[in-house]
Amino acid sequence: MTNAVQDKVIKIIAEQAMLDTSEVSIDMLIEDIGLDSLGLVEAIFSIEEYFEIDIPFNANDPAASEFDVSKVKTIINAIEELVSAKVN
Amino acid sequence: MKRVVVTGQGTINALGIDVASTIQAMSESRCAIGQMEFTDINRLNIRIGGQIKNFDPKEYFERQELSLYDRFTQFAVFAAREAILQSGLIFEGELSHYSGVILGTAGGGLQTQDESYRAVYQEGKNRVHPFIVPRLMNNAAVSHVSMANNLKGPSFTVSTACASSNHAIGQAFHLVRSGAAQVMITGGSESMLCFGGIKAWEGLRVMSHDGCRPFCATRNGMVQGEGAAIFVFEEYEHARARGALILAEISGFAMTSDAADIVMPSIGGARRAILAALKDAKMNPEEIGYINAHGTGTVANDKTETSAIKEVFKGHAKNLMVSSTKSMHGHLIGGTGAVELIACIAALKDGMIAPTVGYEKADPNCDLDIIPNHARDKKVSAVMSNAFAFGGLNAVIALRSI
Repeated sequence: MTNAVQDKVIKIIAEQAMLDTSEVSIDMLIEDIGLDSLGLVEAIFSIEEYFEIDIPFNANDPAASEFDVSKVKTIINAIEELVSAKVN
Repeated sequence: MKRVVVTGQGTINALGIDVASTIQAMSESRCAIGQMEFTDINRLNIRIGGQIKNFDPKEYFERQELSLYDRFTQFAVFAAREAILQSGLIFEGELSHYSGVILGTAGGGLQTQDESYRAVYQEGKNRVHPFIVPRLMNNAAVSHVSMANNLKGPSFTVSTACASSNHAIGQAFHLVRSGAAQVMITGGSESMLCFGGIKAWEGLRVMSHDGCRPFCATRNGMVQGEGAAIFVFEEYEHARARGALILAEISGFAMTSDAADIVMPSIGGARRAILAALKDAKMNPEEIGYINAHGTGTVANDKTETSAIKEVFKGHAKNLMVSSTKSMHGHLIGGTGAVELIACIAALKDGMIAPTVGYEKADPNCDLDIIPNHARDKKVSAVMSNAFAFGGLNAVIALRSI
């Protein structure tokens, strides 16, 4: 399950950033991947669609969201929580 | 006042996906109206239109661009590439600050609205794509043409139904003529061929089931088209100094409002616009050799337009060539005047007088030389383009050869 979420999220982020999945690692900062604000919003939309979850992300002030989008890892962790909350 | 010339043009419409193929099709009197294809067409009574079928946006745009481009934006950005390439202009430094974009559209991102409403209302989806707003906004095409070409001057969208393009072109003309801008990218774009777009027009009962036959006794309504045409308007001395190829001169422009009826046209409003455009261009009526008519194929428009032309041109009306190219590419609503300006420029530049195709039978209420069915080869030195919109808003452009 963990790996499935991680692989899918990396795949979506890499696709948005026009990178190969091998070029995106979980320790990377989103800003270093080259995703602009619109790209990030679109990635979050794709993640919501795929996992059928609602992500509490506020594009006005991403830092103020309870959803931490600074790193690939923080995104994956938050999505894992949302997915497991849905399952439970 | 500065002189304003055209130094580039580009288009995509049902007749062709560039200017050369469009003019070729017009000169061969080809009709591009046929059966349309899109979701739920079987729920429509009107199924014909001038739909662009040989255009795969993936060939011309990146995936990220496509996620932000409604079809009307794709058309505008695509046609702008051709126009700007022909002009040879590169917008950097000062020039980019004094160059802008003014385009017409009536429906804006209507495809995006149609698809998104279908998703939330019909399919019950609760999550929508995050870019619906930037895709559907009426200024999206202008903004993307501006971004793609580094155009940082005055830029906005004009929306006056079927006169949108002519009003937009008029604003661009005024900005260059007054010296407020050195170069303006102008024209219009429309993409209304989708279920909601056609359904709404169907309700008005002005659409034809079987073809667009402007000025013909058997005409029974309009047929929609889609596409864009984009032009580069440049200050004359600027164009000459760099040795640019000049396609035509924009000599005059006028706008009037009927202040009468929300859908029925008026002879007075049309006549005043034509007269004022001639005056603005300092032209005698006898100079005009060709008019690209609004010619929608509705009973009301074609009769009214004929009367207005006869009232202005009097004895010269019988020598005038008047055609409606909507019979070939359909009515592009907010983009129509732009595509029709291609025909005006072809008349001035090449003496190619585009025909009114589909003509079957003379109507005594429309007794003009409407170039029935076959294009004509005839030199003209001044032409005019009419647009008379729903809402009674009229915009007429006068051009000269140079």
